Amino acid sequence: MNAIIVLVEPEAQGASEVSRETLTFARDLAARAGGAPVHAVVAGPAPDEAALLAHLGEQGVATVHRAVDDRLSAYAAAAWAAAVVDAAHSASAGIVLAAGTPRGNEILAHVATRLDVAMAANVVEVDGVDPLVVTRQVVGGSALEEMRLDDAVAVLSVAGHACDPVPVESPSHPEVTTYSPTLTDTDLVARVARTEEAAADESAALTSARVVVGAGRGAGSADGFKDLLELTDLLGGALGVSRVVTSLGWRPHHEQVGQTGSRIAPDVYIACGISGAIQHWAGCQSAKTILAINTDPDAPMVTKAHYAVIGDLHEIVPAVNEELRARLG
Amino acid sequence: MANVLVCIKRVPGASGQILLTEDEQAVDARHVGWTVSPHEECAVELAIQVAAATGGAATVLTVGSSDALEQLRDALAVGCAGAVLVEADTQHFGPVDVAESIADVVRAHEVAGTTYDLVVLGNDAADTGDFQVGVRLAYALERPVLTGISTCEIDGDTVVARGDGPDGLEVFEVPLPAVVAVMEGGVSPRYPSIPGRMKAKRAPVETLTDSRKPVGSGRVRLKLPPEQPSQVEILGAGADAAPAVVDLLVKLGVVAK
Repeated sequence: MNAIIVLVEPEAQGASEVSRETLTFARDLAARAGGAPVHAVVAGPAPDEAALLAHLGEQGVATVHRAVDDRLSAYAAAAWAAAVVDAAHSASAGIVLAAGTPRGNEILAHVATRLDVAMAANVVEVDGVDPLVVTRQVVGGSALEEMRLDDAVAVLSVAGHACDPVPVESPSHPEVTTYSPTLTDTDLVARVARTEEAAADESAALTSARVVVGAGRGAGSADGFKDLLELTDLLGGALGVSRVVTSLGWRPHHEQVGQTGSRIAPDVYIACGISGAIQHWAGCQSAKTILAINTDPDAPMVTKAHYAVIGDLHEIVPAVNEELRARLG
Repeated sequence: MANVLVCIKRVPGASGQILLTEDEQAVDARHVGWTVSPHEECAVELAIQVAAATGGAATVLTVGSSDALEQLRDALAVGCAGAVLVEADTQHFGPVDVAESIADVVRAHEVAGTTYDLVVLGNDAADTGDFQVGVRLAYALERPVLTGISTCEIDGDTVVARGDGPDGLEVFEVPLPAVVAVMEGGVSPRYPSIPGRMKAKRAPVETLTDSRKPVGSGRVRLKLPPEQPSQVEILGAGADAAPAVVDLLVKLGVVAK
């Protein structure tokens, strides 16, 4: 049985949440494919190798392929892809997965091109394993495509929040194989030269916030965000906005939630004055609970929400702030 | 002087309800109209800026049906100097086919005397969301490729590009010629002027035909996510609903009472 190999993205405390989701997805796929072993491949710096290994054990990984090379100190998609291709060969992998993050999709595009096979981006479900047919998000998640992957190696990224990261009952003790990937100078040309601290930190706050206060055209103007920002503060959350808000220059782009902005999955999303066009829904549909505040009871955001308050956000949000201040003391 | 080729795709608008054609092979755009994605609007803007800054020209290209002339003319109206329509049966094209088709034009133009120092594309198409045409194109042309880029400029023989990474704004310095896939957010697309629109109407468009046997996309069919019946609970109307909102936030555990 051919192995399934997952590119894992490390972060400060182990493996990123979407990588762990992808490992769970891979485990389910492996079970359906007759019990294939799940391998992981890691390239580049990992801040905490022990925590990373613990996460991989929790996900039942059999073997970890750890690429080690000084030239992997700064991110280069082609070099990461070379490392994945080497690991896939030594694992005799029939399926290569990564999380559907910007990096995951970028590296897999390189991997698929190098292997001369198709790639399916943002898969949410496996429909069949022989032949492999997957369902993936298209049109920003508002439509789905069933896609057949019948090349010798199937390459696919798993959409964020397609499943929860579920640990195995008893953690595995993965065998760690370090290796030096075959890198050429060409693989290192498109490489991060330096990192400038900037808005990325703030959009990271948006994607990791437990509570997101959303604002759309209903905010009215660039000056219409005072109460919304206060609500955000009172809840210790982050502000997210719809595309129209950034297009009109009311708020910066890094606050945009949607198909061409951030995809969020907070516990609570409070969508104020947002109609809920497909572009926006693509970015907020993974919120666990959605509360819509809107003047239009028929707006898609209201009908798709779990809870709603009908009315003008400029009346409702200040009243909620006042109530919160009173209760918080 | 840097010549830039910017690749765009005619896609259904994303503001309305998505419907599928009867054969489930395409999005039915009859009621939503056609557009290009926000990523590509920014790619066009970047192409025009880079060309202008270096005294080169920006050329816009699409692979698709002749209806895509509308999107090519929009790009001409905002400042692209030339346009190429590669007519093809793109219904059966996959990312490999599109990349090969673009690469053929780049190579043919090079033979004819025009080298594109930079080829820019959107990061992913708004409809198929494949995330790979730019990368496949770069391999076909044996050029370096960057994806997720929000701004870029030419400095001598190098493209300096920036994009959001996990730890901040990442800066890349890559030798030309190169391929860059653009994400919305770094530049604001300009609006066409009236003279720009007039000029675009008359501008010649180079029309080619690609009759390759496509590798294909692997598409079995499209489907819509199951429609969830609305289960919204209305907490109230206007400011009077504030206590109910806070009660809910407490119940959801995001407000320490």
